[in-house]
Amino acid sequence: MDFQLTDEQRALKDGTRELLAGRFGRDRLRAAVEDPGPDRALWRELGAAGFFALRLPEKGGGVGLGLPEAVLVLEEAGRALLPGPLVACQLLAGVVDGVATGEKTVGLCEGAREPVLWEHPAGCDELILVEGGEEGGGEVEGDEEEGARERTGGAYRSASDRVSCAPFASVDPLTPLARVLDLPRTDPVALDVPRLRREAALLTAAQQLGSAVRTVEMAAGHAREREQFGAPIGSFQAVKQLCAQMLVRAEMARSAVYAASITESVLDITGAKLLADEAAVRNARDCLQVHGGMGFTWEADVHLHLKRAWLRAECWGAAGEAEELLAAGLIA
Amino acid sequence: MDLTCTPEEEEFRARLRRWLGEVLPRLPAPPAATDWPGRRAYDTAWQRMLYDAGYAGLHWPRDAGGQGATPAQHLIFLEETERAGAPYVGANFVGLLHAGPTLAAEGTAEQRARWLPPILRGEEIWCQGFSEPDAGSDLAALRTRAVRDGDTYVINGAKIWTSHAEVADWCELLVRTDPAAPKHRGISWLAMPMDAPGVTVRPLRTLAGSTEFAEVFLDDVRVPAGNRVGAENDGWRVTMVTLSFERGTAFVGEVVACRRVLGALARAARANGRWDDAVLRRRLGRLHAEFTALWRLTQWNVSEAMRAPARGGQRGSGGVPGTGGSVFKLRYSHARQELYDTAAEVLGAGALDADHEWVADRLSSLSYTIAAGTSQIQQNIVAERILGLPKGR
Ligand SMILES: Cc1cc2nc3c(=O)[nH]c(=O)nc-3n(C[C@H](O)[C@H](O)[C@H](O)COP(=O)(O)OP(=O)(O)OC[C@H]3O[C@@H](n4cnc5c(N)ncnc54)[C@H](O)[C@@H]3O)c2cc1C
Repeated sequence: MDFQLTDEQRALKDGTRELLAGRFGRDRLRAAVEDPGPDRALWRELGAAGFFALRLPEKGGGVGLGLPEAVLVLEEAGRALLPGPLVACQLLAGVVDGVATGEKTVGLCEGAREPVLWEHPAGCDELILVEGGEEGGGEVEGDEEEGARERTGGAYRSASDRVSCAPFASVDPLTPLARVLDLPRTDPVALDVPRLRREAALLTAAQQLGSAVRTVEMAAGHAREREQFGAPIGSFQAVKQLCAQMLVRAEMARSAVYAASITESVLDITGAKLLADEAAVRNARDCLQVHGGMGFTWEADVHLHLKRAWLRAECWGAAGEAEELLAAGLIA
Repeated sequence: MDLTCTPEEEEFRARLRRWLGEVLPRLPAPPAATDWPGRRAYDTAWQRMLYDAGYAGLHWPRDAGGQGATPAQHLIFLEETERAGAPYVGANFVGLLHAGPTLAAEGTAEQRARWLPPILRGEEIWCQGFSEPDAGSDLAALRTRAVRDGDTYVINGAKIWTSHAEVADWCELLVRTDPAAPKHRGISWLAMPMDAPGVTVRPLRTLAGSTEFAEVFLDDVRVPAGNRVGAENDGWRVTMVTLSFERGTAFVGEVVACRRVLGALARAARANGRWDDAVLRRRLGRLHAEFTALWRLTQWNVSEAMRAPARGGQRGSGGVPGTGGSVFKLRYSHARQELYDTAAEVLGAGALDADHEWVADRLSSLSYTIAAGTSQIQQNIVAERILGLPKGR
């Protein structure tokens, strides 16, 4: 057992961080707030760096890595607040042509919830809709076929311009949303939907982790610099304790998310998502508190982390469902 | 990142499981929680069985009489013994989990030969004489004096909250050897025999009703200078080693126990109908995530410690755990309290029955955010040493 990053994994993580710092620094982030992309040129660059082909076999030109590596890369994306249909492109790179190289983008939509929300509707070339296949689902009485579909789930693809949508005012300026009115079910794709859901939840959790880690750094950095009463605010215990709690949350989320990427078990992933959601949301709030009045401005980046964290917390298993599933796991 | 065990580790686990399967059914029933002499006898007998089977001081270095097992094997040991319902370290806690490791890391060859084997064989029990009535969180403010008289120290003062003092043979004692020096500089770490003339132990009753800790009064107690571990006035550094063992590894086995209790709670709630309460159910679900993650955090910290010597990091020094222990302790102590508060919800009026195991554990869980450094102090450590925030005034 060596539950630490290998040298290769560390290099991958550092490399991704550098790439994103170079290509998606603060100026680009603030520009994205006005125009949340995705930036096609950056997308192609990420594609060229193997960002989306990470888990595709080397034979087909992929990088041949696994879920743990995808988690590390998405943690960095979450840290940088990179906008775009990241999880979808990561998971569907082998399914939709052009996604692996970053030429094309694809969205992924959860059909089982109301309203059906689609991230980056204007920035996707295609949309994949999934339904059914939830953990603990499938207890549909009567119709045999319907029951089976609930268990295994169904997936459908559609060109973006064929999806009928209504506008939806997203709370997160970096993630435009549309409400899908008419579910596109004409073109089925063979996908392992339960697995897709699990992986989507895990990769979402990985981004939450990245954001949680980043907001601890932002808070601690600010607390070291900002002075009140003739001393850095970080020397005051109330501020210290906020920061310490943030670090603890982030480290708990890290252990849970990394372990889930190895075991791939439903309960591990569900627990990891729950803790990562909590870490991202609570850390962003505490970071805002440490920044004082400045934290409440549009100008500070803190609200961008918080809003994104709220959004991700609603995706692929929100707290209530996760807790129910984990509770059921105790007596299974 | 790898969570699988090596074939050697699996082999170790299988052997341990077989052994536990053989010996545990033959163990006598444990004594009452309040019967300290009984508990001492029970805990030391268990330690002797571990010793005879080659499991004593598993992760201690070989030259300290240990088995030189990897931290990963140690985790397996804790996991398996807990799963099998084996006795807890109990009265051997201080000796095995922090005095012993400190002696192994800082003691001379002679000191190690004198004190380590009896700890491992379960013959001698240690207690920790750090806290004083006016020096708790501010441990370095301690005032118990040790004055040199030839080859002995003459000690006067008082210690408090000394766990297991009633039944201990030795005490890891912090004394002030240079009152003129700045407070962190004039301290020494001594091994004091509890039967030395002038040592008086007065048990204190805890809120749980037991006497697990005591006041210790020291009147002209004479201790040979050879019992000092580390240099004179260098005791603060040695103390930091002890504390990092205490916070770093001492609670690890309990996480497994908590996971077991959580499963039992869920089943009890199902049986008595409380399970139908969605708020309670969701709380149990959240605790499931919490304790799973605490176990993963343990594995993360242990793996980091295993690697540290290779990387030459500061954590490598004698296997001394790093600040990760504070992160763990902070979260764990609160999670444990939450677990037993939830148990009380499951029990309903049964939570008023002080004889119920979960109720007794609920009471004792209240100490976890205080003992071994309060949560506030752990937060200061995390903020200052990990996040680099300035020291408070
Ligand atoms: C069950 C149990 C077993 C114990 N066993 C032992 C033992 O075997 N040997 C031993 O030596 N000691 C032992 N202790 C003592 C334990 O280490 C101390 O109780 C602990 O360090 C706190 O010290 P104190 O009790 O003096 O509280 P205080 O230091 O007086 O603290 C009181 C409150 O003030 C807060 N506080 C104090 N300083 C600060 C600060 N700088 N910043 C923020 N908040 C602060 C604390 O967090 C706490 O909430 C044990 C304690 C318990 C409960």
